[in-house]
Amino acid sequence: MASLADQALNNDEILRYSRHLIMPEVGMDGQRKLKQARVLCVGAGGLGSPLALYLAAAGVGTLGIVDFDVVDFSNLQRQIIHSTADVGRKKLDSAAETITGINPNVNVCKFETRLTSDNAMEIFRDFDLVVDGTDNFATRYLVNDACVLSGKPNVYGSIFRFEGQASVFGAKDGPCYRCLYPEPPPPGLVPSCAEGGVLGILPGLVGVIQATEAIKLILGTGEPLIGRLLLVDALAMRFRELKLRKNPDCPVCGNHRTISKLIDYEQFCGISGQEKPANGRSGDMTPEELKQRLDAGDDLFVLDVRDPHEYQICNLGGHLIPLKDLPQRVSELDPSREIVVHCKMGGRSAKAVDFLKQNGFSNVHNLAGGIQAWAERVDPKVPKY
Amino acid sequence: MKILIPTPLQSYAGGQSAVEVPASTVGEAVQALLSSHPELRKHLYNEQGRLRAFVNLYLNEDDVRYLQHEQTPVADGDTLSIVPSIAGGRS
Repeated sequence: MASLADQALNNDEILRYSRHLIMPEVGMDGQRKLKQARVLCVGAGGLGSPLALYLAAAGVGTLGIVDFDVVDFSNLQRQIIHSTADVGRKKLDSAAETITGINPNVNVCKFETRLTSDNAMEIFRDFDLVVDGTDNFATRYLVNDACVLSGKPNVYGSIFRFEGQASVFGAKDGPCYRCLYPEPPPPGLVPSCAEGGVLGILPGLVGVIQATEAIKLILGTGEPLIGRLLLVDALAMRFRELKLRKNPDCPVCGNHRTISKLIDYEQFCGISGQEKPANGRSGDMTPEELKQRLDAGDDLFVLDVRDPHEYQICNLGGHLIPLKDLPQRVSELDPSREIVVHCKMGGRSAKAVDFLKQNGFSNVHNLAGGIQAWAERVDPKVPKY
Repeated sequence: MKILIPTPLQSYAGGQSAVEVPASTVGEAVQALLSSHPELRKHLYNEQGRLRAFVNLYLNEDDVRYLQHEQTPVADGDTLSIVPSIAGGRS
């Protein structure tokens, strides 16, 4: 590896980083450390966008990005590394182009893959620290364990609606993600941003906190968020801090470790073997089937279990009872009729179907993939959201 | 004392972000919350009645796991935070 003295800055770089260089906390040495640093961003989405932009602008020499997704219109509300013209392109290509546009000195390493137990250790090997900008529990536990096992700090950030969390895990003697949360929630219990929504600026706020922590770790300055969980409430605009402790019983970083290599994280998070809503469960109805039955004039009662503000965006003219009100309002439904339940993507309606079946409704179907699938496959005039 | 309800659980607590409850321990505070919002129970406790592994309770800044768990005494001015894990985009 090149020594710090080899990371000379040319005159263009000196001008570019002048606002860093005149601060003693960064200075020439700090800027050389940034140039030498190799940071891996897992995900080029909501969190990855702002943090990759700032790390690139700050002069981090090597930025790795792991992503396999394609830019979608619904990403643009928060994923500011991508632009409207990038819709349909690989996020990796779009992000790399934006980064190079901001700072051509950055060496961008693209990993077009899903991070898995098979490739994580190898991908992490060439980086000094990892920034977790992922969007699911399985990858978060994978990033955590791979960081702990390879001795690399994990700059963590997570968001939901108006609320965010940030911390630095896996630092020497510091707690890890498993010390905070030994296990993930079972699938379906916690709503995702795709169903629950997220305020567009929130990943900006939290991603920039992650970028700040990454830069502090590289510079070796300030007080990193090690052993502290920062909670951000954008609605109240309140920042709170909780103390985190290293759990002596932690299976990956505690005193009696039971995890010495990466495991099957899909299984750990209860995902594998579980069919995705769009693939259908028994008793599910596809959008095509529903269309055919409605066109044939069959007597179907369409129940929409989304929230009223979602109904305003688009609807199938169904009877609206939000999932959380269903137990109190079940008397509005006729158990003798055939009922098709839908939500946005099929998750909430599956719960509603289970509830109705437990309560004496025998002829109930879940619309597989929800109104989203209906919009994609039956009626393109229905907006997707 | 005050209990702070995180965004993902607010819909099970009448949309409130904070509730005041009378209590002398963490356990009493949670029970008071659950008696007025029974729907919250399955999100906080598993079938065996144990606090779920992806939900933490903090008395002020401290994780009650490192205090006296649900037996931790509380005072009027204390704040109990419910802090569940959140993942982001997909679930």
